[in-house]
Amino acid sequence: MSPRLLIVDDSSLIRRAIQRALGETRFSEIRSAGNGAEALRVFKTYPAEIITMDITMPEIDGISCVETMIQLRPSSRILVVSALADQATAIEAMTRGAEGFLLKPFTPEELCEAIDDLLQD
Amino acid sequence: MKEQHLKTFVSGVSGYFEHFTAQPAEVHAPYIDDQPPRLLDYTAVIGISGGYQGCVYFTAGTPLLQELLARAGETGAADADSLADAAGEVANTISGNARGELGAGFTISVPSRLRGQPADFARPPSVPAFVIPISWQGHRSELVVCLR
Repeated sequence: MSPRLLIVDDSSLIRRAIQRALGETRFSEIRSAGNGAEALRVFKTYPAEIITMDITMPEIDGISCVETMIQLRPSSRILVVSALADQATAIEAMTRGAEGFLLKPFTPEELCEAIDDLLQD
Repeated sequence: MKEQHLKTFVSGVSGYFEHFTAQPAEVHAPYIDDQPPRLLDYTAVIGISGGYQGCVYFTAGTPLLQELLARAGETGAADADSLADAAGEVANTISGNARGELGAGFTISVPSRLRGQPADFARPPSVPAFVIPISWQGHRSELVVCLR
C-alpha cells in the first residue's frame, strides 16, 4: 500500500507547490497543515508515513513538531523543508528525528529526489 | 551593519531568483534610505532578533508576484492572499538563507504580510535602512535590510 503524506508549512503557496511536485503517484493520500499546532492535531488522527516539515511557523515550530511526531509514531519519516541555512538548525532537526533536510528555494526535481530517498531507505 | 552582512543579502537575492526561476535578477547597488519607506503593492516583513535586531522586508508590485506564482506552477488568477504569500516566501527564504553566513544567532520571525502602504508601518528607529533594488523580468522590487 502506498504511504500517506502530510505537508506542514505556513505558506499555502509552498504547500500547493509540494503537492503539485509530488503528484498523486507516490502517496495514497495527501493532507496538509498550516502551522505546528494544526500539524500535531492532524497527525493524531492521520499518522502519515512521510512528512514534509517547515521550521519557522506560528504557534509551534517545526523542530518541536518533529520531536513530538517521532515520539508518537517512531516509524514516520520526516523531511525538513526550510530556508534556514545554518548547519546548527539542520543538525538539531536530525537530532530530534528528521531524516532529511531540503533547503528552500527548491526545485520540484530536488524535492522529488529527497522524498524518493526517504521512500527507498 | 557591516559590509559583509549586506553582501550576504545581495548574494541571497541573486541566488533566490536564479535558483527558483532559473532566470537571474539584476541586483543594483544598495543604498542607505533615510526617507520614509515607500512600499509597493505587497510587502513581507521578517522580524530579526537574537544576536541581531531589526527587520528585513521584501516589497514588490503585483506583476512581479504574479510572475513568481506562475513560475511556481500556480494557474489561474492570483488572489491577494496568494500574492502576499509569494512576497512572504521571498522574504522568508532570503532571510533564512542568510543564517548560513550570519549564524543561528540571526533569528527570524514568520513573515508579516502587508498590502499597500499601511499608515502604521515604520522601520526600526535609529537603524539605517539599506535598500537593495532588484530588477527581474522587467519588474522592480526591493529588499530592505535594517539591522543592528
